[in-house]
Amino acid sequence: MKSGNHHPPRDELLAFLHERQRSNPQNYLCPADLVAAAERFALPVAAVRDAVTFYSMFSLKPRGRHVIRLCESPNCHLAGAWSVLEELRAQLGVGVGGTSPDGLFTLELTSCLGVCGVAPAMMIDEEIYGNLNPPRVREILQAYKEER
Amino acid sequence: MKPARAHVLVGVDDEARLAGADQVLEQLRRALDELGLSQEVQVVETGTLGISGQGVVVAVYPDGVFYGRVTPEVVRRIAEEHLLKGRPVTALRLPTAAPVARPAEVFGRQVRVVLANCGVIDPENIEEYLARGGYEALEKALTTMTPPQVVEEIGRAKLRGRGGAGFPTGLKWAAVRNAPGSPKYVVCNADEGEPGTFKDRLILEGDPHKLVEGMVLAGYAVGARWGVVYIRGEYSLCIARVEKALEQARRYSLLGTNILGTEFSFDVEVRPGAGAYVCGEETALLESLEGKRGWPRIRPPYPVTRGLWGKPTVVNNVETLANVPDIIRRGADWYRTLGTPTSPGTKVYTILGHVVFPGLVEVPMGTTLRTLVYELGGGVRDGRSLKGVLVGGAAGAFLTPEELDTRLDFDSLAERAAVLGSGAVLVLDDTACIVDVLYSVLRFFRHESCGQCVPCRAGTEALVRLASQLMVGSSTGPILDRMVEVAEVMRATSLCPLGQSLLLPLKSALAGFGKEFEAHEQGQPCPHCLRSVRAYA
Repeated sequence: MKSGNHHPPRDELLAFLHERQRSNPQNYLCPADLVAAAERFALPVAAVRDAVTFYSMFSLKPRGRHVIRLCESPNCHLAGAWSVLEELRAQLGVGVGGTSPDGLFTLELTSCLGVCGVAPAMMIDEEIYGNLNPPRVREILQAYKEER
Repeated sequence: MKPARAHVLVGVDDEARLAGADQVLEQLRRALDELGLSQEVQVVETGTLGISGQGVVVAVYPDGVFYGRVTPEVVRRIAEEHLLKGRPVTALRLPTAAPVARPAEVFGRQVRVVLANCGVIDPENIEEYLARGGYEALEKALTTMTPPQVVEEIGRAKLRGRGGAGFPTGLKWAAVRNAPGSPKYVVCNADEGEPGTFKDRLILEGDPHKLVEGMVLAGYAVGARWGVVYIRGEYSLCIARVEKALEQARRYSLLGTNILGTEFSFDVEVRPGAGAYVCGEETALLESLEGKRGWPRIRPPYPVTRGLWGKPTVVNNVETLANVPDIIRRGADWYRTLGTPTSPGTKVYTILGHVVFPGLVEVPMGTTLRTLVYELGGGVRDGRSLKGVLVGGAAGAFLTPEELDTRLDFDSLAERAAVLGSGAVLVLDDTACIVDVLYSVLRFFRHESCGQCVPCRAGTEALVRLASQLMVGSSTGPILDRMVEVAEVMRATSLCPLGQSLLLPLKSALAGFGKEFEAHEQGQPCPHCLRSVRAYA
């Protein structure tokens, strides 16, 4: 949709927010991001905030450097996602929604990621990991820890 | 394509990438180079080959040999043994129905329309789509048909919406075409989120031009000049492939201003979602596209008269639009030879859970659940027996083994008070606990309830609580009746299908597996349930 004035149309808002969040090392939208979006799209900050709080991929609170999103939908559950969750909790020392003390990971649960062929699955940032089990989870986390 | 002695297809989707598809491709190209085969063997990077859970899958044609779990080391051996010396590496061949000579028989009883090119062409190369009749439908429509004739042809084909509701596409298009107001819009719903479903992802990753062509045809038919593909935010490969396809189509004058030199102009852009299942509901999707919370609108008015920015809008699922080019190219009469009289054509399914061959299949409408589970899915894994099948995703129905002869099409399923939904088929063997699976379904709804209307917001919360009481045996009173009562209120009073549809999985589970629920209600401990409540509490 091409609008007549110099503000881009609102249908580009979510893409803009994704971009801002991606470039933030703490994986969240800070107040300045909301203001930037408001100015860009000629919206009240409250309207941007209203939209942001609705979507599970956006966060208004600082998160770890990496965001882990474990699928808890039926297919992954059947394939043992519950055991992966317990392992993640134990390894990170936090519950769902928490950030590990070293600031490296935030643990979240998500609905189906659409990679059911490799259940149980999770995403870390934009990467997908499948066929998970507790030992594999330890390996993956270790790899992230080593790359810091 | 230049003539080649053999083609090696490497299925590249998210799953294969995870298993190292990029490295396999690199190693394969290097090996062919070193063996002096790069002129006679063509490597085709394509979408999924329809086989899940086998890592990187590689097919060699014309031999029709499939290899699974291919690694960079293994692919070198395939190049040396099979491609150089002509001896298929038996040890690496997939022990499935796959290794037969002709592609048409590769997956048994499949009839591929929507997936005809998936796993066959390079999705990032428009030339390959063109070589297989791509954009012929568009040329035919623009040069020999008027827009109303296109609408009429889709109507005659009796194409029905593949997003789950089964609404006649021809009627929808006619409504938008005849609606007052302009501009008009075409929106493709690629916000795939129904648990156990990834068909739209694989269509977009494997053959994005089919969707683009379908959208341009829709735009021509209804009189729109702009369309948008709303793709869920997590599908980054999809987003990239569709963007690339759009760019190529523009370069070939198949999209943009004066398409194919005609008066007709139409462009398409991609917009990502941001993680909300409810945005798969069409009015929530439109709100989200407008940069707002994805809260469903009260209907009517329907999007056909007041859609995006309040203008008449077609909202179609990916699979629906992917059917359009073939209908226009080959005609409605051809299309109606497939499927059933009231649900013509094919349907794409994802078969998952405790089956031998999980994956993506396309079969004519009206195929039985038995064929799907036992022939295409290879039956229940590890020689166990079948307990039940959840058909249609979380918002679907649990069917029992006695119901295996149910035909899968909109009307046959409606007779059983079930739904086709997204085409997810989750197979459960006798080790699964139905209550535990239902708990997962209920948690899904709680997580995804958008919070706008009270019945759904409070109801999903109450149902998860009641279910966990049932699971740990802490209930007092008739808990199952209470659950049904809550779900019935939600059915009657929720604003959108999300809250309304929860009654279906609950009721069908109780109807088919009542004894198991009663045993839980009477406090018999169940290890699955205790484990789940502990993990997710």
